[in-house]
Amino acid sequence: MVPANHNAKTVKRPFLLPIAGFIDHLRLNGFVVGLAETTAVADLLTSPEFDLVHARRSLKVLLASNREEWDRFSALYESYWFGRGRQRQAPSQNLTRKIHPNTAPLPDAWKRHLGQTANDRVPQIESEGDKPEGGGASGRLIAAQTPAHARTDLRHMADAREIAEAEVLAYRLARSMSTRLSRRWQLAHRGRRIDIRRSIRANLGHGGTMIELFRKARPERPVRIIAFVDVSGSMLHYSRFFLQFVKGLVGRWVDTDAYIFHTRLVRVTDAMREKNATKAMMQLSLLAEGFGGGTKLADSLAVFNARYAKRAVNSRTVAMVFSDGYDTGTPKALAAELCKLRKRVPRLVWLTPLLGSANYRPVAASMAAAMPFINCFAAANTISALAAMETELSHLWRTAR
Amino acid sequence: MRQGGGQALDPVTTVTTYSHIKSQLVVVGYLADEDLAIAVELAGKLGRPLLVEGAAGVGKTALAIALAEVLETRLIRLQCYEGLDASAAVYEWNYQRQLLSIKVMEGRAGDAAAIERHIFSEEFLLARPLLEAIRQERSPVLLIDEIDRADEEFEAYLLEVLSDFQITVPELGTIVARSIPFVLLTSNGTRELSDALRRRCLYAYVDFPTPEREVEIIAARLPGIERALREQIARFVAALRREELEKVPGVSETLDWAAALMSLGISSLDVSPEELHATLSCLLKTESDLKSATTEVVARLAGKAA
Repeated sequence: MVPANHNAKTVKRPFLLPIAGFIDHLRLNGFVVGLAETTAVADLLTSPEFDLVHARRSLKVLLASNREEWDRFSALYESYWFGRGRQRQAPSQNLTRKIHPNTAPLPDAWKRHLGQTANDRVPQIESEGDKPEGGGASGRLIAAQTPAHARTDLRHMADAREIAEAEVLAYRLARSMSTRLSRRWQLAHRGRRIDIRRSIRANLGHGGTMIELFRKARPERPVRIIAFVDVSGSMLHYSRFFLQFVKGLVGRWVDTDAYIFHTRLVRVTDAMREKNATKAMMQLSLLAEGFGGGTKLADSLAVFNARYAKRAVNSRTVAMVFSDGYDTGTPKALAAELCKLRKRVPRLVWLTPLLGSANYRPVAASMAAAMPFINCFAAANTISALAAMETELSHLWRTAR
Repeated sequence: MRQGGGQALDPVTTVTTYSHIKSQLVVVGYLADEDLAIAVELAGKLGRPLLVEGAAGVGKTALAIALAEVLETRLIRLQCYEGLDASAAVYEWNYQRQLLSIKVMEGRAGDAAAIERHIFSEEFLLARPLLEAIRQERSPVLLIDEIDRADEEFEAYLLEVLSDFQITVPELGTIVARSIPFVLLTSNGTRELSDALRRRCLYAYVDFPTPEREVEIIAARLPGIERALREQIARFVAALRREELEKVPGVSETLDWAAALMSLGISSLDVSPEELHATLSCLLKTESDLKSATTEVVARLAGKAA
């Protein structure tokens, strides 16, 4: 970065204002630009050899930081400096950002539940891992905007035996994916390799004869699992079972993040972590307004990509989608969102209950569009079908990206 | 930040050098579009790394090679891959020589500390691309190729090097850059890069060239080719890129294909589709793409291009 510029100080204030305004305009439209960029721009515009002819291109190079911004820059530049069709083209996350969570009215159904349970768990679920300006009470806000009345009570899901079985299985599957070794080497007592650097240094006292040997090994790094459970109408019979599975995963596997989606996406990790099963189910029921409705797979994934992906995903992440792939959106939009998702998530596992029936082929338009992005496509209609995936999942990291 | 080293910076990174970068790049056979030329100019003037994204084969790596030629300096290349670590990217000790040296010094008097100082001196240090780049007297072009293939830990380390231009070797101390290299990072976009890295760099996106520009590129690289064929090739490739392909042919593929056509003595694309189809292996690099480009498809595309 360029050191603090002396030029900016000499620039007249009226000149700086529109620049600051332009930066603000970009920020409103979802660009990640800060003070450093502003000073760099001011610095550039005031440098003696700056050519106004190249202003737009120079600013684009300075201020865009990915392809989307690169493509949108010209239109934003025009709209700000020339006032052509000036309007905000904010991506969805910025729309929610503008509305203060407190101003969104609670739906009646929520008030009742919050009053009854008299605990503050529900707001917690929404705010966990979600900075206030990043769309604070996201789930609640969206719920208020599109109220869905079909609420399904999930309390009967708490069948102890089934949960125990699903939990054990979930943990076993997670274990089978976990053998992802780091490429780095660390000092380890029983390591496979000799750490020559350390050994040479330690044995200088013996005249360089290797008496004391230090060893190193590759540390094992646990995979992070992100589960997306489709709880729309077409999945009604299976979502209960999948939720049990995911609950088992969240409870036992340290690095798990769980989301449910139907016409929107809701993060349910914290509700799932709740030890008290009745409480957990109560929270899920609250979050699950809209259970059994339609599916907007692409929209839900878009919310994940825009809001959660940056924090939730690392290079050892496996995304597991539990869905039949029946989507009301366009296949093109789904493919675009999956493509974005795959750029962050190295491995994508898609589990569908439909594959269980012998003559099922993934020919539904949205499923066909999704296929190229899937690393492992498997049946998940019964516990035994899930268990059968164990070997396949253990080979997951060996397949090409 | 960047002046941390307190050493005289190389004159290569002065303002005047980059002002006519576009025409200078043309001289060495690289036709940059206006956006990219400005990006290179700014990156040079501001001394910031330039992140270039784009599909494979649009000339990201070629830009670095051309730039090194224009600036008359060394090109130091670090090819990234999954699992790239410090010993491959920054430095490594030459263990064999160290052991030998210890054996040689065995008979002589001297305490362990003296031996340690000796064997952990610069003499035994194997510089890898990053260290080498900051040790150059004349500021080199440092190409960090396909950064999206390296893992996040390396990206974080790179951030540190790119902001301070100094590397710490525990046994030697901190090595400060003698000159600030021109850093060019390329990415195919297979993985999302961190915001921190993006913010540190200037950004340019390189798209496939328009047919007109591709004609110029072919002319610059293969001067012997006829004008009519050049134009046909550019139009054919542009049409081919619009087909649904697994791997869209890049500029380098176009150049390969043009060279192949020249060497086969084909002077126009209106030869028989079978003959043309046989040369398509220069453009299409996957089996399914080759299968989908049947002779009928080739005939249709060639018909449009001719």
